[in-house]
Amino acid sequence: MSEASSYNAFYTILKRDLILAFRTRTEMVNPLLFFIIVISLFPLAVSPDPKVLQSLAPGVIWVAALLATLLSLDSMFRSDFDDGALEQMLLSVHPVSVLVLGKVLAHWLVTGIPLLILAPLLAVLMHMPSDSIPALMATLALGGPILSLVGAIGVALTVGLRRGGVLLSLLILPLYIPVLIFAANAVSNAAAGLAIAGQLYFLGALLALALTLTPVATAAALRISLR
Amino acid sequence: MPQSNLSNNHTSGLTVKGLTCRRDDRILFKGLDFSLEAGQALQIEGPNGSGKTTILRILCGLTLPTEGEVFWNGLPIEDNRVEYMAAMDFIGHAHGIKSELTPLENLQVAMAMANTRPNQSLEGVLEQVGLRGFEDVPAITLSAGQCRRVALGRLLLSKSLLWILDEPFTALDVQGQAQIESMLVNHVEQGGMVILTSHHPLALKDGMLKTINLRP
Repeated sequence: MSEASSYNAFYTILKRDLILAFRTRTEMVNPLLFFIIVISLFPLAVSPDPKVLQSLAPGVIWVAALLATLLSLDSMFRSDFDDGALEQMLLSVHPVSVLVLGKVLAHWLVTGIPLLILAPLLAVLMHMPSDSIPALMATLALGGPILSLVGAIGVALTVGLRRGGVLLSLLILPLYIPVLIFAANAVSNAAAGLAIAGQLYFLGALLALALTLTPVATAAALRISLR
Repeated sequence: MPQSNLSNNHTSGLTVKGLTCRRDDRILFKGLDFSLEAGQALQIEGPNGSGKTTILRILCGLTLPTEGEVFWNGLPIEDNRVEYMAAMDFIGHAHGIKSELTPLENLQVAMAMANTRPNQSLEGVLEQVGLRGFEDVPAITLSAGQCRRVALGRLLLSKSLLWILDEPFTALDVQGQAQIESMLVNHVEQGGMVILTSHHPLALKDGMLKTINLRP
């Protein structure tokens, strides 16, 4: 199989998923709405005091982003599983991992990027110092794709189960913890005026690892699920 | 015995040896042997729940058999995946037509997955399967039979040798059934292979059609 044609298949799947996301917009909006609602409830429920909110902000925004991603994950393979498109993907001449990467990239573009764009606005709502907003964006840019890539393995394993939601969270959340720790810590450090290069390097390394290994694992998980 | 095994493995086409499938404690089928060469069709018959769909999924490599192996051109299909996938087309119960995409977009995606360049226009194929005028409407507005026609249109575009079809006549009207049947007969007469599950009799000459009956 030539590289050019596999690239073409990757691009076709990416385009297909973006068109599908665009045509089922309401599904796409759900996680974003969740993200906004969770964060905007904190000033009401905890305290409107800027000092309190400031100290909570990095953790709250990251936890909300993580849960919003988790909420959106199930749709990644669900409809393809139901209508048989997933079978056709597995029977394609192209490596399944390449097609999976296309789907994951589409998922990140549809959920990760909007979260990234909304985050600064919500950071202002949480009275985050303006110096730490670039750090928040950087961690979401590096960590967001990891959430989609790792999440894909869990969805692929649970797609065959009718009620896989709880199992999915149990499988995936432990794998999200390192990302959460490094990312939230980086943002807190940035707010305190400390260096954050170390955390960003770790996130970068995790992203490289996820990018290279998870598509293969996801492809294998899909084969098991369809058996 | 090893001698005959070896010679059998080198025949072209699809060879199945000792296929056994067990679901829970029930044996669906046991020790199934058959081979299919160019210009032959295989019809799998049997009552509901006798494992017709399972056997098709095993033949395409989606499901693993409990025992036995499937060979394509003498090599096990797992070792020969790219070649086998390029030579094979499968349309299952769920035919993989995305309801949010138009028939045209569906065929475009299918072409990229199969990595073939169509030798005829996609619009032409849709016209052949009787979907003229429906090229650009979302498939969700089409009937079940029309969706199946889109899926079968994929076969006309592909250059695959082997078609594996699970109940291809479901949801089609009389005219559609006749059309698909002539498509299948044509494919076999031109040296293709077809494996299908159906109770619909195929109008093929003797020797071109094999039948397997799965009895519980």
